[in-house]
Amino acid sequence: MDKKYNADVIVVGAGPSGISAALEVARSGKKVVLVERAQYPGSKNMYGGAVYTTALKEVFREDFDAIPYERVINSHTWAFLSDNGSFNITNNDYNTKDALAIKRFNLEKWMIDVVKRHGVYYIPNTLVKNLIQENGIVYGIKTELEDYYAPITIIADGANSLLAKEIGLRNKFDSKDIILSVKEVIKLDKKTIEERFHLSDDGSMGVNKQYFGTDFGSIKGIRNLFMMTYLYTFKDTLMLGVGVNLADLTRNKLNINQILDEVKKHPDISPLIKDGEIIEYSAHLIPEGGYKKIPKLTSNGVIVVGDAAGFVNGVHFEGTNFALISGKLAGESAINALNNNDFSERSLSVYRKKLEKSFILKDLYSYRNVIERLYSRSDSIAIYYPKKIKQFFEIITSANCVSKSVQIRKFVFSIFKDRKFSDLFKDFSSIFKCVMDVFFGK
Amino acid sequence: MQDKENKKSIQDKLATLKYNCSEKSHLEVNQKKCLKCKEKTCTIICPAGVYSVDEVSGETIVQYENCLECGACRIACPYGTIKWEYPESGSGVVFKHS
Repeated sequence: MDKKYNADVIVVGAGPSGISAALEVARSGKKVVLVERAQYPGSKNMYGGAVYTTALKEVFREDFDAIPYERVINSHTWAFLSDNGSFNITNNDYNTKDALAIKRFNLEKWMIDVVKRHGVYYIPNTLVKNLIQENGIVYGIKTELEDYYAPITIIADGANSLLAKEIGLRNKFDSKDIILSVKEVIKLDKKTIEERFHLSDDGSMGVNKQYFGTDFGSIKGIRNLFMMTYLYTFKDTLMLGVGVNLADLTRNKLNINQILDEVKKHPDISPLIKDGEIIEYSAHLIPEGGYKKIPKLTSNGVIVVGDAAGFVNGVHFEGTNFALISGKLAGESAINALNNNDFSERSLSVYRKKLEKSFILKDLYSYRNVIERLYSRSDSIAIYYPKKIKQFFEIITSANCVSKSVQIRKFVFSIFKDRKFSDLFKDFSSIFKCVMDVFFGK
Repeated sequence: MQDKENKKSIQDKLATLKYNCSEKSHLEVNQKKCLKCKEKTCTIICPAGVYSVDEVSGETIVQYENCLECGACRIACPYGTIKWEYPESGSGVVFKHS
């Protein structure tokens, strides 16, 4: 390679992982170029609705205080839906500030402003077509207009990561490892939202609801579908979305918008969004293959971060924190390589070691079988048991002039009648295995 | 008809969006293979209803202008024939509230 380098590091993609990587490199005084295909930062991005404070603070340090969030998300509900209602578990903790509701358009704009001040050279409106390679070494990027050269390229091009695929770091996606999510942004009066969700008017309170189970609805194929509905409160909007496995959608011949529309009719959800106006509709993929589907993370002159590396914990809806921290660790690894003037795969593989020491690969490892196990028992875990718990609560709360012991006995017997002994065994052994995996971790 | 209803619902939602339209399609199908395809998965799963089948010619119509750039079609197509790229620099959908 006798081309002149334009920078020490090129980062492709200005989402949380790419921005974080670029910031880390810029802080060390190295020259870093951050390239983004969108006209406005964040305008191609979509998520459930909250970003996590701990990771943001670690990456943005003193700049974090000025983050323009809309509400703190500190009320979390898990609800199991059925035809005529739901069974809910809620935890409110109004002293915490762990998660913030902020639109991606505003989040990425703020992040870009910060990193530009720290010396990152930001190039928007620029689609990277290919990586420049010679003898198995990546030397930079080809865009529509010009080429950029650097000894290290960090790939942060998101869930679809065409670049990681191009250089053979990952295989073709399998639709069973991919969640398709669509979301509506629903405009309501700020005051209406605060009244409906019992929130203060200063943004210090906010609600996240996760709805499990699909034991409702009239569309063919929607019942027993393993899916998740999420709702987040913003200042004067609600984010309401669903996520469904792409293989399930294909198999059941379902369009995800149909499912979202069906969810909106549910008696637990429809009053919350009543009279709201849809002001935006968006779609995105979530890579949920987990530990087993992580691509090769480094090669000569290249590192992969964030969604592009499949860093998502689908069980806990964590993604942006994985992105931010993986970006930071990639930045550190790049600095290390620059200082040693060694950009080989071996030199960059320190990135994987850093990931292994962090929560990222520890969590992905301990959850490596969890989704698969829950998924294989989804009929029972997402539908049958929540239904039984709901029945149990109904016995406790109903004053129907029938002896409680008769009702409870009948309830317990019904479980053994409904489920074969082998099913009960499989259900509990899969839950037990999940708990053990997470408990012993790595 | 649920299908018609869903198409209308998608159209209404797409009407809320802003796009910087490119004149060049970033999605390409292989009509020869499409004609043989029975599943028509792309027409079912796309959250923006980008794909439909021409009733006369049987060819796949691709309304790339409506694309939300999620990538689902590329992965779901059972024959892997959708050539999926990002729209040209600065073009495509613009999410402002997501």
